[in-house]
Amino acid sequence: MRKFFMSAAGLAALALAMVGLNPAIAQDTIKIALILCYSGQFADTATQMDDAVKLYMQQNGDTVAGKKIEVIRKDTGGIAPDVAKRLAQEAIVRDHADILAGWILTPNALAAADVSKEAKKFMVVMNAATSVIITKSPYMVRTSSTTPQLNYTFGQWAVKHGSKKIYTMVSDYGPGIDAETWFQKGVKDAGGQIVGSVRFPVANPDFSAFVQRAKDLNPQAIYIWVPGGAQPAAIGKALAERGINIAKTKILGQDALASESALRSMGNQALGIITVSDYDYNHPSPLNAAFVKAYNADFHRNPDFFSIGGYDGMHLIYAALKKTGGKTDADALVAAAKGMSWESPRGPILIDPKTRDIVQTVYIRRVEKVGDELRNVDLDSIPNVKDPGNPTK
Amino acid sequence: MAAVFGMLFDGVAYGMLLFLMSVGLSVTLGMMNFVNLAHCSFAMLGGYVAVTLMNAWGWPFFATLPVAFMAAAAASVVLERLFFRRFYNAGDLQQCLLTIGIVFVSIAGAAYIYGTDQQPVHLPAYLTGSIVFGGMEFAVYRLFLIATASLITLVLVVGIETTRFGAQVRAAVNNQRMARGLGIDVDGLFAVTFALGSGLAGLGGALAIEMLGLDPSFALTYVIYVLIVVSVGGLGSIAGTFVAAMLLGISDMAGKYYIPALGSVLIYLVMLAMIMWRPTGLFGRR
Amino acid sequence: MTSASVAGPHAYLQAQARWRRGEIAFWLATLLPLVLTPDYLVLASQVAIAGLFALSLDLILGFSGIISLGHAAYFGVGAYTAGLLSVWGWGEPLTGLLIAGLAAGLLGYVTSFIIARFHHLALIMITLGLGLLLQEAANSASWLTGGFDGLQGINTWPILQKFDFDLYGYTAYSYSLAVLFIVFLAARRLVYSPFGLALRGIRENGQRMPAIGAPVYSHIRTIYTIGAMIAGIAGALLAQTTETVSLEALGFQRSADVVVMLIVGGAGRLYGGLIGAIVYIVARDRFSGLNPQYWYFWIGLLLIAVVMLLPNGILGGLALLAQRLRAKS
Repeated sequence: MRKFFMSAAGLAALALAMVGLNPAIAQDTIKIALILCYSGQFADTATQMDDAVKLYMQQNGDTVAGKKIEVIRKDTGGIAPDVAKRLAQEAIVRDHADILAGWILTPNALAAADVSKEAKKFMVVMNAATSVIITKSPYMVRTSSTTPQLNYTFGQWAVKHGSKKIYTMVSDYGPGIDAETWFQKGVKDAGGQIVGSVRFPVANPDFSAFVQRAKDLNPQAIYIWVPGGAQPAAIGKALAERGINIAKTKILGQDALASESALRSMGNQALGIITVSDYDYNHPSPLNAAFVKAYNADFHRNPDFFSIGGYDGMHLIYAALKKTGGKTDADALVAAAKGMSWESPRGPILIDPKTRDIVQTVYIRRVEKVGDELRNVDLDSIPNVKDPGNPTK
Repeated sequence: MAAVFGMLFDGVAYGMLLFLMSVGLSVTLGMMNFVNLAHCSFAMLGGYVAVTLMNAWGWPFFATLPVAFMAAAAASVVLERLFFRRFYNAGDLQQCLLTIGIVFVSIAGAAYIYGTDQQPVHLPAYLTGSIVFGGMEFAVYRLFLIATASLITLVLVVGIETTRFGAQVRAAVNNQRMARGLGIDVDGLFAVTFALGSGLAGLGGALAIEMLGLDPSFALTYVIYVLIVVSVGGLGSIAGTFVAAMLLGISDMAGKYYIPALGSVLIYLVMLAMIMWRPTGLFGRR
Repeated sequence: MTSASVAGPHAYLQAQARWRRGEIAFWLATLLPLVLTPDYLVLASQVAIAGLFALSLDLILGFSGIISLGHAAYFGVGAYTAGLLSVWGWGEPLTGLLIAGLAAGLLGYVTSFIIARFHHLALIMITLGLGLLLQEAANSASWLTGGFDGLQGINTWPILQKFDFDLYGYTAYSYSLAVLFIVFLAARRLVYSPFGLALRGIRENGQRMPAIGAPVYSHIRTIYTIGAMIAGIAGALLAQTTETVSLEALGFQRSADVVVMLIVGGAGRLYGGLIGAIVYIVARDRFSGLNPQYWYFWIGLLLIAVVMLLPNGILGGLALLAQRLRAKS
């Protein structure tokens, strides 16, 4: 009898705990679910994006078109599409969210796209860079960049600027393979040649063996794609240790290779690295200078491309809501977002009315010494680049 | 030929690092059968201590190393007194759960205090770059790593083989009950050994920043490699840990150089082969 | 051999296998979310799936003493099988579930030949190593598995051609709960059978068992295969109800999580996996909602508290409490 009571009591308590305390639905509040990987190995990317979102709301207030904006934060813990999907569902069903925002990792974005499509909710992808994501829901827009957009452009630029024989090295998983495919395509379409390529294992801490292989083939440039974190610095060191002479062999990479923390760890070994990105905090525009100053004031850190995706994403949401007069139904918001263009701290950007994807200026930057510090200095820019990888062409 | 030698050099350096991080776990696991999955949290602590001293207080790199060792050792003493002591006779599963809980807490703590960003390390200029010898390039830092780890290995081996303390440790690893029966204070011995092992892990962590990077997830990411080294080498054996670390470091490098498609898989294949051949490890108790 | 001495063990088993009131209350309570908390049905269905996965591990770890750090391999194989069937055109959930279970069971059968030969740390490392190998292989075979991006194009047909998967999760939860209950019944039958007793004997003293004629090696292979099959069914459930599968389905994180859940709930007890899954996942969800960035801290504290206060898991602690109350009265 006791066992019965104990187990029943325990389970009842559990059930009550699950019910929890749900706040009453305010009438004139627009809820944005910000679903990011706040914990786990990608936590830093979420920190940067979340900070930028906070900054935007601080600068522009939390009221739009007479309605209050509320941000509900949820953690996916990393790559977990089942969790991401559940959080999206719960945001809509339980929290009555009107907009699904965030989405740093591709598998999570793809899973949530199903929810956006089925529940007809406006979805803003602020980082995930795989082309196919945008096609998975008609209510989705993207404010970050896509891997082909950056790398195809880069491949073409590299050949046009003297690197005809290139060796590529990428991390052996989705985004890396994507980058490799499109960079190589850009190179070949511009008449260049890929002399060799290698893919390294995902969590690889040591690059000396791979760099040696590249060196043995004597290319004019080496293209490297690694995710952020410990790897950019590690590969920078491997390049120096193996004696790669930057004057002879150009080092090309995507944004993360010359991110602020990577430059800090690499030191002078990083000088001369050329990267392609949509945003860097050194971009010399008055709008960006103000943005970086405000960001530093609040968070004591410089913003990066995760930050700008979040910042511009919030701008899009605010602007779209102003246009619809506060109406949150997905069709209205998507219609408002299509074709929207504005000047962002990164440069001019546009939401393509046909694909709902981002169209922006792609920048080529080089690591140079500015005073005492290493910075990414703008070298070249290619304006109005659409995503060449969009499958609906 | 030069390429092979270069690859061996890198493999040995990597292996040395793995050795430093794993030797403590091997001895404590062999002696007390205490499954300490939080071992790499001590390595992470050593790393963060070194980074704080270097970046916030401007200490030179070398000075931070002994402090990293002592900080990790001190932390392990505290944890041992507070928690681990009660679980010496508990089952493997309980020990796993306890130490996993500690790992989680340590990761969250590191994220809270230091943020989730990568920690940079600033080596003195003479430790960077590479020297050319016999037509091949040798990274200075790796040379330093090999030299330091070899020295520590020598000290450990001499200590274990020639001192009384070392003899007691060997006895306790070999047959705990018998050692107790002979009047050896195994619990006290374990506390000291545990502190030493964790201190070494802390030192390994500080040395690893340059090669492996440092962020809050370090504690979880590298515990798998440490477990692989310990199980292949054999519990309680310093020689075993050394050989296993070398074997794994070199095969990892060799795999990456010759068959990059296999990449990180080679280390798992080698581990499986070794464990299936010798289930108690290369130098473990039969 | 008199009939009395044969009746003894059977009567014991029958007494053990009687349905206790607590159990009935538990299963009735699992219906509560459908009525009381419909906002949480998606979470509840993931709890049910995790519970099923933990139950499969309990059979091999809790009851038979085979510590596995790579059990997610079978979960993942089941998930990908169900997912691929759907992508290739056959989205019927019930048959998909069975085929996935068989596929995982087959892999379990093959690996059981290796598993059964090893013990202690060697066994743990082998299960870990095999799991990690499978993860790498799945990443490499991105033409089949979709790699990092995960499997795309899964579309589960309505169950019994009537119940479609909805946004709230009514169908998902009912489906997962039903499968969990049916498999649980089978597992329960197995545990309270002579075979189940033999397994516990193997766990306690594997060397002694052959002396009483128990075929240890073949028993271990059998239970490992069954455990793999059930894990595969759990994985298939996840693939079908969420219509996503990605590499983390067979990853180390998932293997480690299920071991933690089982220890928290109480290994070696039928309901251990289920209770552990409920507590761990609900706690994680709550902590994560309160503090998205540092919830690891609270979960770590919870684990430490559980292991310090309830050494045999929650059910172990409850059993101890019940014993003490009974002793007093």
